[in-house]
Amino acid sequence: MTDQRSQAEIVRQSLKRRYRKERRFRAYGILAIGVALSALVILFTDIIGKGYTGFMKTSVTMEVSLDGDMMYLDDPTDSRQLKMADFVEPLVQALIKELPSATEQDRDDVRGLINPYASVTLRDALKENPDWLNTTRTMTFLSHTDVDVYVKHAGDAAYSIKLNDQQKAWADELLERGVIETSFNDTFFSGGDSRDPSKAGILGAIVGSLLTMFVTLILSFPIGVAAAIYLEEFAPQNKFTDFIEVNINNLAAVPSIIFGLLGLAVFINLFGMPRSVPVVGGLVLTLMTLPTIIISSRAAIKSVPPSIREAAEGVGASKMQVVLHHVLPLAMPGMLTGSIIGMAQALGETAPLLLIGMVAFIVDVPGGFFDSATVLPVQVFLWAGSPELAFIERASAAIMVLLTFLISMNALAIWMRKRLERRW
Amino acid sequence: MNSMNQSIANEVPSEDESPVPVAESQPTDTVIEEGKTVGKPFSDNAKFSLRDVEVFYGQSRAIKKISLDIARNQVMAFIGPSGCGKSTFLRCLNRMNDSIDICKVKGSLQLDGQDIYDSKRDVVELRARVGMVFQKPNPFPKSIYDNVAYGPRIHGLANRKADLDEIVESSLRKAGLWEEVKDRLEATATGMSGGQQQRLCIARAIAVNPEVVLMDEPCSALDPIATAKVEELIAELSESYTIVIVTHSMQQAARVSHRTAYFHLGHLVEVNETNKVFTSPEHELTESYITGRFG
Repeated sequence: MTDQRSQAEIVRQSLKRRYRKERRFRAYGILAIGVALSALVILFTDIIGKGYTGFMKTSVTMEVSLDGDMMYLDDPTDSRQLKMADFVEPLVQALIKELPSATEQDRDDVRGLINPYASVTLRDALKENPDWLNTTRTMTFLSHTDVDVYVKHAGDAAYSIKLNDQQKAWADELLERGVIETSFNDTFFSGGDSRDPSKAGILGAIVGSLLTMFVTLILSFPIGVAAAIYLEEFAPQNKFTDFIEVNINNLAAVPSIIFGLLGLAVFINLFGMPRSVPVVGGLVLTLMTLPTIIISSRAAIKSVPPSIREAAEGVGASKMQVVLHHVLPLAMPGMLTGSIIGMAQALGETAPLLLIGMVAFIVDVPGGFFDSATVLPVQVFLWAGSPELAFIERASAAIMVLLTFLISMNALAIWMRKRLERRW
Repeated sequence: MNSMNQSIANEVPSEDESPVPVAESQPTDTVIEEGKTVGKPFSDNAKFSLRDVEVFYGQSRAIKKISLDIARNQVMAFIGPSGCGKSTFLRCLNRMNDSIDICKVKGSLQLDGQDIYDSKRDVVELRARVGMVFQKPNPFPKSIYDNVAYGPRIHGLANRKADLDEIVESSLRKAGLWEEVKDRLEATATGMSGGQQQRLCIARAIAVNPEVVLMDEPCSALDPIATAKVEELIAELSESYTIVIVTHSMQQAARVSHRTAYFHLGHLVEVNETNKVFTSPEHELTESYITGRFG
C-alpha cells in the first residue's frame, strides 16, 4: 500500500518535470519560427520599401511644336534627313514655353529636365507619322532620371539629388501644374536593359529567363525521370549502381559555380557554342537540376505501394506495363513537385550563368535560344552593383518580380501535388 | 524481371519468415522426415505437379523438398502456422517470387506438364494463366471498370469496346459484384468497402480467364459478412477454375476446399481430402494444429 502511494508520488513528480520539458521545447520551437518569420518580414519590408518606386515612372507631357525649320527637316520619310535633324530643339523650346521664368540662356538647365532619349522618341513618332510635321502636338516623354529621383525621393538622405536649385524649382512648378507626373512604369516591363535607369526594363531578362528555363525543363525532366526509373526499376543492385547513386547524391551538393566552370570548359570551349546564350545557360542549369529531379523522382517511385505492383504483375503485366501504367502515374505528383522545386532553384541561380557570359550588358530583348540574353537574377546582380542610385529601386523591383515568379512556381507545385495526389 | 525493389525484397519474406514463436505446447519430440508427406499428396488429374520443390531466401531454406499434386477444378487449401512457408510456396506457382532477388526455387514445378521455371517460359504468359488474389485488397486507383478491364486490355483479349464491356460485366457477375456496382462503373475503386474491393480484385483476376486462381489469405482483412460472400464465390468459381487458397482459418478451409495440405516449418506434413484431414488426421502435428493445441 505504501509502495503504491510512493510510486504515484514518483510519477507525479516526474510528470511535472516532463511537462516542464515539453513547455520548454515548445517555447524553443515558437522562438525558432518567430526568428524565421521576422527575418522574412524584414526582408520583404526592405525589398518592397525600396522597390515599389521602381514600378513608377516620371514623365513630362507638353505641347511640342514640330516646326520643320527648327529641326532642319522637311521630309520625315527621308532617313538621311532624319539622321541629321535636330530633335532636341523642339523639346527645349516646348519646356521653355511651359516655364515662364526660363529664358534662352537657361537652355542647358531646361534640357537637364528631360530624358536624353526623348529626342529618339520624337524622331520615331515623326517617322511613323510624317504628316505631323509643322503641327503642334501634345506628347509625353520620360523625364530625366535626376528629375525622377528628385520627384520620388526628395527628402530621402540615401539619394543624392543632382538637380540645381533652379531645376528643383522648375520641377516643383511643373509637378504642381501636372506637366510632370508619375504613373505606372510600363517601360520597366516592356524594355531591355539600358544605361539610363529611367529607360531600363526587365522584359529582356524575363524573356531570357523563360528561354533558359524552357531549355532546362525539356532537358532535365525527361532525362531525370528516365534515369530515376532505370535506377529504381531496372538496374541490378550492385556495386556499380551503388556508386552511381552515391555520386548523384554528391552532385546535388556541388556548388553551382562549379557547374558554370564545367559549362564554360565543355559547352563553350570544347563544343564551341556561343557565349551568353539561353541554350548554354539551359544546359548548365540542366546539369545542376538533374540530381534534384533524380533524387525526388526516385523517392516518388519508392513511395508507390508494392501492393499495386503485385496487383499488376498478378494479372500478367510486363515490367514495362507495370512501370508505365501504374508506377509512373502514381509517382508523377512527386516527380512534378520535385521538378518544379528544381526549376525554381534554377530560376534563381546566378553564379553558373556569370561564368558562361550571361552577365553581359544586353539591350535587346532576345528573340531566340541563340540570341545573347541575360536572366532575372543576373539582372538584379548587375543593377545592384551599379553606381547609379536610381538602379537600386529597379533592382528591388526586379527582385519582387523574381520572387513573384518563384512563389507562383512553388504554389503551382503545391497545387499539383494536391490535385494529382491519389489515395489508395 | 530481374530488378528488385528493395522494399519488396524486405517486405515479403518478413511477412512469412518472421520467426513466429510456435507455442510451447508444440510436440517438440516429433521428427518430420524431409520430403515425407502422409496422406494422398498425388492426384491422377493434376493441374500442377510439383516435385522436390525447395525455396531458398539467401542461405535459409524456406521450403524443404515438397512434392504435391494440385488437382484440376478443385479447391486446394494450404493451412499451417505462421511462417510455415505456405504463402512462399503459393507464390512459386505463378513466379511472384521472381521479383525477390535473394529468392531461389529448386525442383520441378509443372503446369499441365510444362515446367514453370523453364528459362524459355514467359512469365507474363504464365501469369495470364495463373491469376492471383492477395491478402490485402489492392485495387488500382482507377475506376471499377478500368480495374476489371486492365487484364483483358494488356493481353489484347478484347478488340472492341462491346467485347470489353461484356468481359467486365461477366467478371463482375461471377464475382457477385455486378448488382452492387453496375450503376457506378466509372467510380473510383478505392472508394469501395474492403469486401467489395476484394471481390473486385477477384473479378480482375478472373477477367483474363485464367486456368488457376491463387488466393493468399483473401479474407484475412474482411469482416464475416464479406468473408461469407467471398467463400460463396470460391465455391462457384471452383466449377470452372482450379483454386489454391492459403488460409489461417481452419473453418474456412473446411468450408471451401476439396483437399487440404498442412504445412509445418517448410515441410508438407499431410495432404488429404479436406474432410479426412479435419476428421481423422494421420499425422500428430496436423492433429495438434487443427485441434488448436498450437498455431
